[in-house]
Amino acid sequence: MELERINAYTYKILKRGNMKVPTVIYASSKLLESIKRDRTLEQAQNVACLPGIQKMAYVMPDGHQGYGFPIGGVAAFDLDDGVISPGGVGYDINCGVRLLKTDFMEKDVEAKKTGLLAQIFRLVPAGVGKGGIFQLSRRVLEDVCLKGAEWAVDNGYGMRMDLERTEEYGRMKSADPNYLSKRAIERGIPQLGTLGAGNHFLEIQKVDNIYDPDVAKIFGIHSLGQILVMIHCGSRGLGHQVASDYIRAMENKYRTSDLPDRELINAPIRSELGQQYYKSMSAAVNFAFANRQMIAHCVRDVFQKVLGSSEGMDQVYDVCHNVAKFEKHEIDGKEKDVCIHRKGATRSFGPGREEIPEVYRSVGQPVIIPGSMGTASYILVGTRQAEQLSFGSTAHGAGRMMSRHEARRRFRGEQIKQDMAGKGIELQSTNWRGIAEEAAQAYKDVDEVVNVSHEVGIGKLVVRVVPVGVMKG
Amino acid sequence: MLFLWVSDCRGILVSQDNLKKYQFLEHTADAKFQAFGRSLEEAFVNAVYATVSLMWDREKIGRKIQQPVKVQGRDLEQLLVNFLEEILYLLDSQMFLLHSAEKIKIRREAERYVLEGHFLGDDYGKYYQPYGDVKAITYNEMEIHANDLFMVQVVVDV
Repeated sequence: MELERINAYTYKILKRGNMKVPTVIYASSKLLESIKRDRTLEQAQNVACLPGIQKMAYVMPDGHQGYGFPIGGVAAFDLDDGVISPGGVGYDINCGVRLLKTDFMEKDVEAKKTGLLAQIFRLVPAGVGKGGIFQLSRRVLEDVCLKGAEWAVDNGYGMRMDLERTEEYGRMKSADPNYLSKRAIERGIPQLGTLGAGNHFLEIQKVDNIYDPDVAKIFGIHSLGQILVMIHCGSRGLGHQVASDYIRAMENKYRTSDLPDRELINAPIRSELGQQYYKSMSAAVNFAFANRQMIAHCVRDVFQKVLGSSEGMDQVYDVCHNVAKFEKHEIDGKEKDVCIHRKGATRSFGPGREEIPEVYRSVGQPVIIPGSMGTASYILVGTRQAEQLSFGSTAHGAGRMMSRHEARRRFRGEQIKQDMAGKGIELQSTNWRGIAEEAAQAYKDVDEVVNVSHEVGIGKLVVRVVPVGVMKG
Repeated sequence: MLFLWVSDCRGILVSQDNLKKYQFLEHTADAKFQAFGRSLEEAFVNAVYATVSLMWDREKIGRKIQQPVKVQGRDLEQLLVNFLEEILYLLDSQMFLLHSAEKIKIRREAERYVLEGHFLGDDYGKYYQPYGDVKAITYNEMEIHANDLFMVQVVVDV
């Protein structure tokens, strides 16, 4: 494979064979080595062959092998002759991150950290197949999927200001719960307000470094040692079922034999099935927004009870990591509506875009990039350059580089907990095995990932945070 | 479509009567396994056990609840995905933890395959402690082979 080095952080695979556009990879030489070890590049080239793809198929610095599309993959499709693909979004639709600021400092929470974490752990169900505390009817669940975070706020979980500070304002208007299968709804009913398992987490963090104080201030972050709360989770079983349902429906309708990978199955955006997927996916996106909204509400409640106040716990932002949506982008010098797929990638819009709330419109949107367990996480700011270089997208996290099996063989959950305690990080989890699997050493270096984003200019460094308390599903 | 499985099977035959149920292979981000059987049904059932092994210890689950299973697929790959997806559906919607899959039969009907049988297991309750999550069953690197022995290979999203 011909990999052309454009500059220190940009590599390109020229158009060849059935590729309709070239592939561009944003990575350092170290990250590229890791990317080359699995099928990421092959998968990115497969994406470049899909009908109606525009400009380039992109791989973000944290890219790794996925199904059909790579994780860390960004692709845009023409609305008339392009496609929409469940594999381009992923199984965990709107897996994403929400960040709350507080006006507490490290010293304010230090003594009560254990209590805070224990209370949150008690109120926010986490772990495999864990149901929530809310008993919903089918009708209410459909309402949640229609209105997203708006439903949660209307029902007393949070503030209107939270909605403004959520991607899509917490509600994709394209959602139509009528297209959800009975199974998707049944899987969603017990799971609203639950964290889930795997790489999902809730962290109490402190600000560790501020790179851009002016932008940080606009995001509500003013001091080193300031306490923040980060919530990482998605649409749970409901979203997974939507992906499986539409992969099956598209398979039954369209042939898979001419696809290089069965998981690349897609439907024309304008087709009935393509539209149905989009409306169902939007419903799952809304479920995830409502889910994070309710968890955030629980967190504020716990802070109120344990520390006596939740004042100043404003939402910084809430971003999607797995989503498809319609956006305007400049292609060949002309503004054009396209269907963007971001799979394990974060929208990174720069100043001026009307999609971002007024409070941030002069600087660009907050981009939240969670690290792995016990490591730093980052807040970046979106850029105009990203709109030119990656359809307004950047990385979404550290990206796995070691199998869970291997991680279990090398690390012990008990030891990891002890090591983290030594660094002043408290850990609450449903089981040891999950902790071993999520060991930081099983992931790429998030510092390196965000550095590439910063150097390429697709997301600029604003704040670095480190955990003081971690809750794992 | 069934391919002839030409690889050496001796590694999975622990003894003449004792077949290895499944084995896990290295996969960076997810979990990849091969499940074996003397029949297609046995290989499918062992794929169920491999999937469950990522989430809980099925030996510890009671055999108190019976869940009928009936799935279809336009090919064997789709049949397998739909079959394994039943575990996740029953877990999320009914808090059902599987102990075993029994009386599983696969038949060909016109343009499709049909699988029928039942799962035995128990309600999640307060006592069981699952340890891992499977988000979805995928077609990624899926292989179904038949010779004297049957083998199915699956990657699941975890």
